[in-house]
Amino acid sequence: MIEARGLTKRYGKTLAVNDLSFTVQPGRVTGFLGPNGAGKSTTMRMMLGLDNPTAGVALIDGKHYRELHHPLRQIGALLDAKWVHPNRSAYAHLRWMAVSNKIPTRRVDEVLDLVGLTAVAKKRAGGFSLGMSQRLGIAGALLGDPGILLFDEPVNGLDPEGILWIRKFMHRLADEGRTVLVSSHLLSEMSLTAQELVVIGRGRLIAQRSTEDFIHAATENTVKVRSPQVSKLRDALAGTNAAMRDDADALIVSGVDAAQIGEIAAANQVVLHELSPQRGSLEEAFMQLTGDSVEYRTELAESVDQMVDVNR
Amino acid sequence: MTLLAVERIKLFSTRSPWWCMALALGLMVGFAGLVSASASNPGQVSVPVSQFGFSFALAVILVLATLSVTTEYRFNTIKTTFQAVPSRTSALLAKTIVVAFTAGVLGLVAAFGSLGIASLIQPNADMALNSEADWRQIAGTGLVTLFAAVVAVSVGILIRQTAGAVSILLAYSLVAENLVQLIPSVGADIHKWLPFNVAYRFLTGNPERAVDFQGPGSSTSTLPPWAALAYFAGFSVVMLVIAIVVAKRRDA
Ligand SMILES: Nc1ncnc2c1ncn2[C@@H]1O[C@H](COP(=O)(O)OP(=O)(O)OP(=O)(O)O)[C@@H](O)[C@H]1O
Ligand SMILES: [Mg+2]
Repeated sequence: MIEARGLTKRYGKTLAVNDLSFTVQPGRVTGFLGPNGAGKSTTMRMMLGLDNPTAGVALIDGKHYRELHHPLRQIGALLDAKWVHPNRSAYAHLRWMAVSNKIPTRRVDEVLDLVGLTAVAKKRAGGFSLGMSQRLGIAGALLGDPGILLFDEPVNGLDPEGILWIRKFMHRLADEGRTVLVSSHLLSEMSLTAQELVVIGRGRLIAQRSTEDFIHAATENTVKVRSPQVSKLRDALAGTNAAMRDDADALIVSGVDAAQIGEIAAANQVVLHELSPQRGSLEEAFMQLTGDSVEYRTELAESVDQMVDVNR
Repeated sequence: MTLLAVERIKLFSTRSPWWCMALALGLMVGFAGLVSASASNPGQVSVPVSQFGFSFALAVILVLATLSVTTEYRFNTIKTTFQAVPSRTSALLAKTIVVAFTAGVLGLVAAFGSLGIASLIQPNADMALNSEADWRQIAGTGLVTLFAAVVAVSVGILIRQTAGAVSILLAYSLVAENLVQLIPSVGADIHKWLPFNVAYRFLTGNPERAVDFQGPGSSTSTLPPWAALAYFAGFSVVMLVIAIVVAKRRDA
């Protein structure tokens, strides 16, 4: 289990992580979701004792990272696949890690086999493709057969095959009863990978709940209506608590369901050409939720405003 | 012991340390060969003369030791290291020991190699090690390179960037210490106590005289040789302590 309690990190003027508290339970994949710059990587570095928190603690099975005896046997992590010396072979890279935590060297061959890198084990890691580097990173994380695993954006830059491979891998690890925390800035990806979500924005916790609940609550249900008598339908719907907006030649209605709209249309003798319930897109929902917490958006908006002012 | 093995694997599983070692050895032995071959008579070649290339070898050894740390920061393997060994003191200490020991052995081999090549080229020169000062000059080289490596590792930990750390070390040890002598009135007195100058005193100083040896590696320090070594070793340890304290406080 991983526990963050009031975790806070300040870099100069930037408050990267702000009073963040959440827990990560074993036996399922927990998605750590947030837009770019939300503080996911920073939080993970603090969990591993690499960055010192400004306030708060991150506990690994109830202990500080630096109190762990052979940490690689308890918690494996892949924060960045490029954290390898380019002129060192994959085998040598894993070997020094194994020796440092008294892990038998035969385990190095095992994990290389597991991620499918046996054939290139003696090649220099600098020549690896992104997918291979990612696999080497995963091999390093699995080296000590740890009960807890952290992965920071493991599918970034991978092709669909690689993404599928990693997703299945995560599920297998969780099914084995391990604690798995995977970060991502894509809700669509997390909806397929994670059973539980910890959502952050601007360093703050936005929600921690099951993926299903989160998506259900976050996505707005709308109904798409097309009719040759749009204005008549509008008037009829105006009396209800429906919200409407135009989308090309269609009307997007929210607040009332398709059945109600059909009945209202019938009662008012409005012809309908289409009446289809829509599920709001995940990404839209996510942007809505983290909207005011996206770091760069405000700055971007401001600079656009300035440019407009200048042009006037 | 485990951590020493880890650092040994890390140091020798990339190519640059091997290149540095070959270069240091080649430079020092090469200079010894050059100097003794160009001497017009055997009387011009002696034990100190065979060590002519030492300052070049030392420069390369400083680079080797610095790289062992700065490349870890450059490629972020320092993070993986601290992840595997959360006690930064133990991890950095182990690295320092392995690098310093390597530098020490390298210095020793280079010194004896230089002596050997010189006596091979000038068989009639007096190359016998028949005084404490002679032995100190040759065998002591290993001790100086050992502590110099500790200084370089410390600077590497503090600066973290290869270019910065290497330039500081080379500019300081090769140029800055000597320039201090140009400061009016106090320059010479300060120079006497600067660490690399003092380290040379250990190698070339003769206890019978205050300042005797002239030529490459001459020192203006007036300390007894072993006190000079203790001074240099103390300096390296202070640097290491500062570096480790800073590394523990900083984010990896
Ligand atoms: N070492 C550092 N020094 C200064 N600022 C930092 C440092 N690391 C992160 N930050 C800042 O902290 C904030 C959070 O960054 P972090 O990398 O944790 O976000 P993230 O959620 O991982 O983003 P991404 O999805 O882009 O990886 C950002 O504003 C970033 O600029
Ligand atoms: Mg990140």
